[in-house]
Amino acid sequence: MSDIKNYTINFGPQHPAAHGVLRLILEMDGEVIVHADPHVGLLHRGTEKLAESKPFNHSIGYMDRLDYVSMMCNEHGYVKSIEKLLNIEAPIRAQYIRTMFDEVTRILNHLMWIGTHGLDLGAMTLFLYAFREREYLMDCYEAVSGARMHAAYYRPGGVYRDLPDYMPKHAESKWTKGKALKQVNSWREGSLLDFLEHFTDYFPEKIAEYNTLLTDNRIWKQRTVNIGIVSPERALQLGFTGPMLRGSGIEWDLRKKQTYAAYDKLDFDIPVGVNGDSYDRYLVRMEEMVQSNKIIKQCVKWLKDNPGPVMLDDYKVAPPNREAMKNDMESMIHHFKLFTEGYTVPKGEAYAAVEAPKGEFGVYLVADDSNKPFRMKIRAPGFAHISAMNEMVKGSMLADVVSVIGTMDIVFGEIDR
Amino acid sequence: MKMFKYLKSLTLKELLKGMTVTGKYFFKRKFTIRYPEEKTPKSDRFRGLHALRRYENGEERCIACKLCEAVCPALAISIDSEQREDGTRRTTKYEIDLFKCIYCGFCEESCPVDSIVLTDIHEFHFETEGRNVLDKQQLLAIGDLREKEVAECRQNDSEYR
Repeated sequence: MSDIKNYTINFGPQHPAAHGVLRLILEMDGEVIVHADPHVGLLHRGTEKLAESKPFNHSIGYMDRLDYVSMMCNEHGYVKSIEKLLNIEAPIRAQYIRTMFDEVTRILNHLMWIGTHGLDLGAMTLFLYAFREREYLMDCYEAVSGARMHAAYYRPGGVYRDLPDYMPKHAESKWTKGKALKQVNSWREGSLLDFLEHFTDYFPEKIAEYNTLLTDNRIWKQRTVNIGIVSPERALQLGFTGPMLRGSGIEWDLRKKQTYAAYDKLDFDIPVGVNGDSYDRYLVRMEEMVQSNKIIKQCVKWLKDNPGPVMLDDYKVAPPNREAMKNDMESMIHHFKLFTEGYTVPKGEAYAAVEAPKGEFGVYLVADDSNKPFRMKIRAPGFAHISAMNEMVKGSMLADVVSVIGTMDIVFGEIDR
Repeated sequence: MKMFKYLKSLTLKELLKGMTVTGKYFFKRKFTIRYPEEKTPKSDRFRGLHALRRYENGEERCIACKLCEAVCPALAISIDSEQREDGTRRTTKYEIDLFKCIYCGFCEESCPVDSIVLTDIHEFHFETEGRNVLDKQQLLAIGDLREKEVAECRQNDSEYR
């Protein structure tokens, strides 16, 4: 009998199921995985180092590009850290706007996740449905910030601009006119908040559709049930956060446990799993979308009733509005000062974390009385998750690797940063 | 009970239910649009290709204060300036490298004379090397081309800025 040896294969970095640039070295015994070794760093852009050479506000745009499917949550982590250092707090309306857009982001991220996870495991249709819903939320992003993804909308001391009172409308074309045009524009008659309200009414029905397609589906269950099991104790030891931890049955959510923005004023639940397998994490994320929808609904209601400032009235941190800048010398000076030098942050260090869709996204800043951070460290949830790759896939089949990568919800922008 | 479970499994109930959902969409109006002819609506705050604006009398707005150069996180803007014959300060070089630009919109935010703007143009490409750097003349030309739309968007959004 010939000598049978373990075989090593390369999974990625150009594999479509590797979610970006994950290079996984798999040591195989037949079709069973003996050892998995994730190689990271192919998308390293040096964001942390880059931030050291730029005034604080300049890095906001780079935060979007970390976890590029949950953009505003990253910004939130960053501005929260700066606000902690400066000892300022955004006005209440800005807090609600942030809360609302964090939840919009959560739905965006989970839709992206369910779409690609489904696609990896053979459910093509879901991908298209998820992207259809994403389109509405992308429109909300664009309406407030002017960009569909890389918003650069949150600022220390609030958000850049208030929510618009109108939505752009579809134009008439050869195929879309009359009744059809009226139908596609029906959500867009009112303000952004009306648009989002329509969305929150529409979305639960779509989640029900996803559930019909997946939750009981035998193929889906065969690919996810009892795959990548993590025990609650191990999940804690491995530094899991977010749905990965909650899927194992530990009720830990920064929105409740270390509340920030307006979360303490809102009513929502934290879903937790039981078995800690891929299927439970799927269920947790699906329920999170329902809860996010609920939060958005409450925020929309509050924001409609409570107009007010969205930016701190402190020209040392936030620029004056354009009208003031053009007519008032003092404001003009503040404007120039802020856009050239920025603001100086008192010496100190601060860590601020938000519950990003993937887990705890934290930014640790060290300031040294200058206008640039002395050091920035980003705590990316995906990094802790991918570190557990070997443990989660050891002993399972090659095809299960795809399921585990999917369930981790890996995005390399934040892991490699 | 087990019997019932087997029966349910044998009839492919959940698969058929899923297929009803997908089948329903066969008869619905398509969500997609026919792209070059139809376009998705674009917000007034959209951040696309850059442009330099002029005043109504044809004078360029930019006064070479270099705020945009200072505020650009990607260092995509480079400006040289000189005093013009009539004594005003103007740029002699205003270049934006579109490969470096991250379209954050800080330049527009910083501009005290509303000169540099991000227009709603998002469909552009380069065919030869070096075309990614827009010079002053090109930027002004884009501004002239889109002045009406740019002014309208800024007007609509003025109360929020």
